[in-house]
Amino acid sequence: MANMNMIQALNSAMDIMLGRDRSVVLMGEDIGYFGGVFRATEGLQRKYGEHRVLDTPIAEGGIVAAAIGMGINGLRPVAEIQFADYIYPGIDQIASELARIRYRSAGEFFAPVTIRTPCGGGIRGGQTHSQSPEAIFTHVSGLKVVMPSNPHDAKGLLITSIEDDDPVIFFEPKRLYNGPFDGDPNKPAVPWSTHPKGQVDEGYYTVPLGKADVVRSGADVTVITYGTMVFVALAAAAALKLDAEIIDLRSLVPLDVDTICTSVKKTGRCVVAHEATRFSGFGGEILAVVQEECFWDLEAPIQRVAGWDTPYPHAFEWEYFPGQERVKKALALVMEAQ
Amino acid sequence: MTNPTRLHLPTPPARPGEAPDFSYVHLSPAGAVSRPDISARARDIGFLSTELVRVLDDAGRAVGPWHPHLDPADLQVGLRHMLLTRIFDDRMQRTQRAGKISFYIRSLGEEAVSVAQCMALRPGDMLFPSYRNQGLHIARGIPLVELMNQLLSNTRDMCKGRQLPVMYHSRPGNIFSISGNLATQFPQAVGWAMAAAIKREDHVAASWIGEGSSAEADFHHALLFASVYQAPVILNVVNNQWAISTFQGYAGGEQRSFAARGPGYGIAGIRVDGNDFLAVYAATQWAAERARTGSGPTLIEHVTYRAAAHSTSDDPARYRAKDDAEHWPLGDPVMRLKQHLIALGEWSDERHVALSAELDGLVAASWKEAVTHGTMTEGPRLNADLMFEDVFKEMPENLVRQRDLMRAERGAK
Repeated sequence: MANMNMIQALNSAMDIMLGRDRSVVLMGEDIGYFGGVFRATEGLQRKYGEHRVLDTPIAEGGIVAAAIGMGINGLRPVAEIQFADYIYPGIDQIASELARIRYRSAGEFFAPVTIRTPCGGGIRGGQTHSQSPEAIFTHVSGLKVVMPSNPHDAKGLLITSIEDDDPVIFFEPKRLYNGPFDGDPNKPAVPWSTHPKGQVDEGYYTVPLGKADVVRSGADVTVITYGTMVFVALAAAAALKLDAEIIDLRSLVPLDVDTICTSVKKTGRCVVAHEATRFSGFGGEILAVVQEECFWDLEAPIQRVAGWDTPYPHAFEWEYFPGQERVKKALALVMEAQ
Repeated sequence: MTNPTRLHLPTPPARPGEAPDFSYVHLSPAGAVSRPDISARARDIGFLSTELVRVLDDAGRAVGPWHPHLDPADLQVGLRHMLLTRIFDDRMQRTQRAGKISFYIRSLGEEAVSVAQCMALRPGDMLFPSYRNQGLHIARGIPLVELMNQLLSNTRDMCKGRQLPVMYHSRPGNIFSISGNLATQFPQAVGWAMAAAIKREDHVAASWIGEGSSAEADFHHALLFASVYQAPVILNVVNNQWAISTFQGYAGGEQRSFAARGPGYGIAGIRVDGNDFLAVYAATQWAAERARTGSGPTLIEHVTYRAAAHSTSDDPARYRAKDDAEHWPLGDPVMRLKQHLIALGEWSDERHVALSAELDGLVAASWKEAVTHGTMTEGPRLNADLMFEDVFKEMPENLVRQRDLMRAERGAK
């Protein structure tokens, strides 16, 4: 075991997969010689060569398309899109091609591509370096969508994603790269070295897709969340001294409906939280599942916590971010309803 | 004072009721364009992208440095594939009109592009076609019945009923699945070629788009990535002058040839007579050898004419001169190869008639067999459960549930 932040854990996952499987190649803007703007691929080109860790032109549509072509030709590409905000030029290749090749060719062709992309705000990125567009991809049949919240899961989920023969969009909440963040930007940053999930096995291991993690067991209320909001939810529930059950979904597609429903049936109360905008956000899907499967066990209307339905503004980042206050308000509402 | 700046609105030379006019097409005489060494640098051979590589002259003789000196037997095979493509197209068009299939796209007048190129490539080379490249499937020996099964979405459909007619694929034939989203296959072919180079294999990738879809960003991505990594790929723009009703001026063809975009990206560009089987073959052979020997990618513009409607849903009489195709200055690819073979003493009108009859019979017999596997309206049908397969490698729980709901819905009827 070693102390790793999320960047180091992701780097370790790619290092291990490059070492284990000759067909794995990495590609993306600034990822080769330089090691990536967030350093996720640092040292990997030096170790595995320029033919396996490729710098690319600034063309997200081209990166995804080239990765698809490589995938069809037997490689297992891991493409980095430098910021999730930049993924849109690649959407046609992702939604119309990558997601559909197995289906339209009746399984004769497939492209086992993993697309890694840093998402979310809290780093003073303004509206073009802070978005959480995961819901767009969960709406496309044929894609798996993953978002880890800590180094241990990030490594295991990335290895699983790379080994998966289906395409995976792998979102990395960049505010969590260096430590668990409870939503309070005024407190000193907490490094992963102080957190159990920052203890990472240096070798090969996997974390399955479609299996949520019950981060904290509790009896009062279920908080269903993922990514940046996991530690915010933990802090908010603790501040209210609630015995909350906090569920980190880890993968949105496939979705672990069993863990969600078992918990809500137990607690009878449910809050759904994500950093992405609220309207048509993935939270709406979770609400629908809980309503359909757990309606008669609910003691109160389900509450939803999300970013406001605006772009992510540079100067008002913390007014936008769904921090502890917003989560606490939702928790209070579900707890007071009889 | 009014501003002298005016918006230029490209206008085709002839609309319905007007006389066809192809004076805008720059032609070079057959045999006039020199053939550079395959290792020539893109920057030194810019002329290839503005001249027109032609081998067959008006008398049907093969002339000049691009003459590929093919064996007459190979030329006869090429003629057979082109004629079969045409007869197959004609029959499927009529089948659509009779309501037996929902949609069809003919390649009338463009048969040389697919057939000659396929013959100039190796079986291990990977093809990324558009929807008007049925000649590739025919030249790679895919049985007509397989293509018809797809058109019918019947129980033997290679796409299991998921794709619009003509969106074929063949894994054993190394022909990639066709997308309805235009030009997406162009940069994918470059990625495939990059992988071949990474694996140090000497396979080449080739892809086709129309001049109309060269307007998509994918075209730019393909040329850019091909140039940056010097990928072993042949990128083909089939300039058939029309993107449904929009003539090539709206893809930027008025100001410069499509082939000239190659040198703009630092890759070789060749403008070739797309109705000249020998010229297409020779240009492809040159490009393939270049790619295979590490001299990089090539962009080939095939100057041809879409003699038929865009698809069975289109009526070109509404936007272009009715007898346009008959006035196309580069003629008809089947007739030109036939004329050449006759000039060589290797073919005759009688043999041509006999071959046409034989291929008619083959198409008819294939159709008879295909319909035994079901049609849109009669006979066996695919199991609708197939809708839920291949979304993912393994069917996830939510799809299993939805499949069961669909079964219940059908059972309840």
